[in-house]
Amino acid sequence: MASKLRGFENRDGITLVAPVTLVVAAIIVVPIVWTVVLSFQDARYVDVARNGLFNEVTLENYANVLTAPAFWQSLLTTVEYSVATTVGSITVGLVAALAFRDRFRFRAPLRAVMLLPYVAPVVATTFVWQVALNPQYGVVNAIGTQMLGWEHPVNFLASAPTALLTVIVYDIWRYFPFAFLFLGAALTGLSREIEEAAVVDGATPLQKFWFVVLPQLLPTVALLVLFRMVMAFNEFEDVYLLTGGAAGTQVASVRVFEQLTGSSDIGGASATAAVMAVFLGVALAFYLRLTARQREA
Amino acid sequence: MSAVTVQGSVLRVLRVVVIVAFVLATVLPFVYMLSLSFVRIDDLLREPLRVLPALDRITTETYREVLASEEDGGYGFARFMRNSAVVAVSASALTVALVVPASYALTRLRFAGRTQISWLFLAVYLFPTIIIAVPVFVGFQVLGLGSSLVGLVIAYVALTVPVSVHMLRNYLAGIPESIDEAAVIDGASRFQILTRITVPLAMPTIMSTALYSFMIAWNEFLFALLFLSAKQDLWTVSLGLTRLADGQEVSKTVLMAGSVLLTVPIVILYGIAERALTEGLTAGADKG
Repeated sequence: MASKLRGFENRDGITLVAPVTLVVAAIIVVPIVWTVVLSFQDARYVDVARNGLFNEVTLENYANVLTAPAFWQSLLTTVEYSVATTVGSITVGLVAALAFRDRFRFRAPLRAVMLLPYVAPVVATTFVWQVALNPQYGVVNAIGTQMLGWEHPVNFLASAPTALLTVIVYDIWRYFPFAFLFLGAALTGLSREIEEAAVVDGATPLQKFWFVVLPQLLPTVALLVLFRMVMAFNEFEDVYLLTGGAAGTQVASVRVFEQLTGSSDIGGASATAAVMAVFLGVALAFYLRLTARQREA
Repeated sequence: MSAVTVQGSVLRVLRVVVIVAFVLATVLPFVYMLSLSFVRIDDLLREPLRVLPALDRITTETYREVLASEEDGGYGFARFMRNSAVVAVSASALTVALVVPASYALTRLRFAGRTQISWLFLAVYLFPTIIIAVPVFVGFQVLGLGSSLVGLVIAYVALTVPVSVHMLRNYLAGIPESIDEAAVIDGASRFQILTRITVPLAMPTIMSTALYSFMIAWNEFLFALLFLSAKQDLWTVSLGLTRLADGQEVSKTVLMAGSVLLTVPIVILYGIAERALTEGLTAGADKG
């Protein structure tokens, strides 16, 4: 009897999960596998249309990817961009979460407002930033030249060092609410007793933060770092919409996009994507090892 | 004065400054957006510093122009909004229909492959959407779904399902299994438990899951770009806005009106369900 129920459980479980799994498999897993296969072929759109998956096998794509200086440059850009936005958005989110920790008037509505950059459509917010930063009619340059005495308007999104910096600032603006949300939830979960004990022992507010609050937040921070790093490493829309990958902002996924749409080099694009995924996988494994002790504690 | 009181009073002041700065930083870009959407383009070019238009210069012509169909000399945003709404509503309905049974099974039933499936859903986030998008696009072309809203809906469902499963599963795990067991004793079938007990109990989280996938689908840009670029009558609002912003011919304040139209539905929905949504997303986060 028990084993019969167990059998049904197995059957029912698989039936209920099957549709979701099929969709994810068809739309996500199969394309990923396909990408890996294509990365070993010298394939352009015409070849894929004619021969499907069965083109000549070659390692040429990988050789091309690994010997192209532009690839290493875009890898470096991706790493700089990911680290800067991750550290920036989490730090800013933490400051915001601490400022919002104690009750004040309008805390709930203001907290909701703070999440707007994260929930608003990326196309709309990047467009607003583009207009605001425009050298001819943007408000930022108008303030700079008319009130702050800049000699020339700055073309934030089209010249080399500022473009990447601007994209990073934009993404800190867009993603700090995410860290704010999670760190805020973690802060509410903390018991106040330990902090009160520290205060009784004469800890200053900064000591209390550094020695009592922060260590308790570290598991959440570690999780956020992981999450944000993966997302930032694969980020496409924000960079593409703001700069189109110009002026030193060609992160890896924008490069993949350009290989696909510009030169329709599917094999090369797939190889670039595969190398990036391996790189990310190695970095993640390293990070998980590094934080393993902390997560067990 | 001791370090405690000095730091205490500095931090009290700093906290107010920080809160004000944060609120301004988040709100001002949206104020700028809203305000420019009522400005005539020549006023903006003449006086970029004047963010709030003079009362007698306010115009709603921008909205008329952006909403009107091409035949009427506009840019067809009314149609784009309809497309986006169709795509987002279908994607979110389908996501819920798929995710509810799956999350129920993942929390309640022991079956072969249960842990593997949970891992699979996490692993998909290791890969950039861009490498998924291209094979999907080529595959859909072969099936005849390439340049259609149906194809886009299927892609969006796949994109939102993993996070949705995660949200709902966390919630269902918190509902005591003894309720299910009681129902089994009363002779309820698995299907009856799911529809009569689990779904009503989980309704708030189901709603926030639906909302989450609606927002993702409404905001999405990359798949729309790959699938629909050539078919202007099928453009979503996000795609329409970027396509028109690429050229020089459409005035920026008209496109600001377009941005407002793109943003307002999301802000309204978010305003209605802010609490449910944030609680759904952070479920389990405070457990460490």
